[in-house]
Amino acid sequence: MSSKRLNFCWGVKKLKPADIIHLAETELDAHRSYKYRINVCCSSGCIPFGALKVLKAFEEAVKEFGVQKECKVARTGCIGTCSVGPAVMVEPGDYLYQSVTPEKARQIVRDHVVLGLPVKEMLYGNKAYFEKQHRLVMKNAGKIDPYRIEDYIAAGGYSALVKCLLRMSPKEVIDEVWLSGLRGRGGAGFKTGQKWTFVARAHRSPKYIVANLDEGDPGVFANRTLAEADPHAIIEGMLIAAYATEANKGYIYIRAEYPLAVETLKKALDRARAMNLVGQNILETNFSFDIELRLGAGAFVAGEETAILASVEGNRANPRPRPPYPAASGLWKSPTLIDNVETLANIPQIISHGGLWFSKIGSPTCTGTKCFSLTGKVKNPGLIEIPMGITLREVIFDIGGGPPDNKKFKAVLVGGPSGGCLPETMLDLPIDYESLTKAGAIMGSGGIVVIDEDSCMVDTAKFFIDFCVDESCGKCTPCRVGLHKIQETYTRIMDGEGKPEDLDFLRSISSYIQDASLCGLGQTAPNPVLTTLRYFGKEYNEHIVDKKCVAGKCSFKHQVKEDEL
Amino acid sequence: MTTKTVSLKIDGHDISVQEGTSILEAAIENGIDIPHLCFLEGLTKTGACRLCLVELKGQAKLFASCSTPVSDGMEVITDSVKLKEYRKKTIQLLLSERTHVCSVCVANKNCELQALADKLGVDHVAYEREWTGEKVDSSHPFLVIDRNRCILCTRCVRVCDEVEGVHALDLKLRGKDSQIIVDFDDSWANSTSCTSCRKCAKVCPVGAIYVEGEPLSQTKDRNIANFVLSRRKK
Repeated sequence: MSSKRLNFCWGVKKLKPADIIHLAETELDAHRSYKYRINVCCSSGCIPFGALKVLKAFEEAVKEFGVQKECKVARTGCIGTCSVGPAVMVEPGDYLYQSVTPEKARQIVRDHVVLGLPVKEMLYGNKAYFEKQHRLVMKNAGKIDPYRIEDYIAAGGYSALVKCLLRMSPKEVIDEVWLSGLRGRGGAGFKTGQKWTFVARAHRSPKYIVANLDEGDPGVFANRTLAEADPHAIIEGMLIAAYATEANKGYIYIRAEYPLAVETLKKALDRARAMNLVGQNILETNFSFDIELRLGAGAFVAGEETAILASVEGNRANPRPRPPYPAASGLWKSPTLIDNVETLANIPQIISHGGLWFSKIGSPTCTGTKCFSLTGKVKNPGLIEIPMGITLREVIFDIGGGPPDNKKFKAVLVGGPSGGCLPETMLDLPIDYESLTKAGAIMGSGGIVVIDEDSCMVDTAKFFIDFCVDESCGKCTPCRVGLHKIQETYTRIMDGEGKPEDLDFLRSISSYIQDASLCGLGQTAPNPVLTTLRYFGKEYNEHIVDKKCVAGKCSFKHQVKEDEL
Repeated sequence: MTTKTVSLKIDGHDISVQEGTSILEAAIENGIDIPHLCFLEGLTKTGACRLCLVELKGQAKLFASCSTPVSDGMEVITDSVKLKEYRKKTIQLLLSERTHVCSVCVANKNCELQALADKLGVDHVAYEREWTGEKVDSSHPFLVIDRNRCILCTRCVRVCDEVEGVHALDLKLRGKDSQIIVDFDDSWANSTSCTSCRKCAKVCPVGAIYVEGEPLSQTKDRNIANFVLSRRKK
């Protein structure tokens, strides 16, 4: 059956659980009828490099060589090698081509598809980049067409939902999530099973679910990539969460600055709704759950658990004190489950393969994998997914390839603007919630920014404080005024007017802000200050006492002394 | 409706209060003083000023006593060395944030911020002080807002919304740039929603909103929200 006819059939008929399995088989048959499949990454990372033109070139080349029946060209999400876009993957064999142009596209079709000879000189040579990764959440990324729900179903999608609806009670679903040991991927690392239990126990209706896709950290794009590459994994995770907690309505809160992710999710939701997977009486069962998109206006603080609720309600995204926790009183004072989209995208696989299977991935206290946006001074920046517990050194040097141009590694910022800057001596630290927190960093939303010897750590800390000052909502005193005082101190140090006692001041006000602030933004904002003071105190002394900066990039204004004139 | 009683300890004193009471309310009821600023009886608890922070035994984090409900067996510490130091810091930060010069302020000697600073022993401000040049809006026939003295406690916003019910006041911008605005940042004289009820001036803890020509001792009424709401219930 041609896929066009398929769409027509399924669009009219209301799907039942058995139809999902049938649809998967039909779709797989359709896939098998092709000898080759060309996956063109059309995510936000590759489109600026001309991925859409490359996609068109592939489609034209396939027509030109008359291989439409053997070769399928698919528009997919992120393949992971964001630095060498547009990236193209040819299956079978997972041949990954880098920096493909429309001209190269024609050559690939001619040589690889028609003649069966992969174009070696265009292949991505760095095998180590993928070796230490473990693709779990991103397993469909770059392999399926995010606009086609059939692709997702063929890859095993929505089978976990069917399993829940037919064979599992809500309690059994929660037990499975408990068993998996999954922890919230939004940064705080709260046990997901526990959170779900709280919401399931709240015997009040309606109940809500909010999927958090408000990824505001500079240089972090893991959640965006997930939504662009595999939107149905998020939707299926939400549906399962709703089934387990008996929730009635869901919201995906996404930044308006992510137009492609918004469009992808919108289309995915429309398709899922048309196929009876979202809405009333899902798959002709008694289970009903509708999902709506909510666009954020771009405040960093809106990603905070209580601020997101205010924003979904249509109010100013200001956090509020907890308790009451959202599980008891969230959206419109109803019990609400808030999970990061990456957490939710893990759920279908936990249900399909079992919690025990999941608990064996990663480290014992931190199970599973984590997506990171690896950026900064590394040879291979991109979106990576690693098992929890591997070391920072493995991520930066084995996967990332270390700093380019033989520069020396200086520091790594883990966890976004409120993360911590860790030096080389800390590189053997395993990546898990506890180890990172102990070192002064946080897991955060999954950003790893590598800094090389050219950058000044004082200037780096100042950059992140400037960011947090801009993004502070202004509600509580420590964050609003305290961070501003830190910013002023940095400005003075950069103007060459730093005093030795500034260091003590920074330390004392930082711990005050951490302890006294209302929400996570203020509580973590001084992390870059404290970690740079702890690990790079020498550089502060250079700026303050010696009045110089040895690193190349720094906004330090050297003051010319009188005797130098 | 039956109400449960909850027993807890505040600074070693055994007290029992109704379930659902906040720690701060329980303390006030039992004559224990916890400094606070943004909290006002009758209004939503925002936990914004962070002056009323307390320690709970067995918990590493600090909790805003105004918004944290009591629970059985809770042990509250309100006056540890750390808390005292933090309160002083908060007061100093508030004093340094905008133009607070007591000697020329309408609220001198009728100011909650000044009184707290005095009580907590803040005799100087350790931070560099800001001298803000915000416009003073005195376009209203008798209400004046001087944003240079505002501490962003949002009592006025809440009383206007929750008690008077018109929501003429709100916030604009964020962070240190936050400002109280009238309607859509219009001048007060042009406000179509303001009922000139003066409640904002009555609850303002400092001299940011006041009635022109009227001594603040006369204007201020900390009990206004509670009073109106209790009358309404009857």
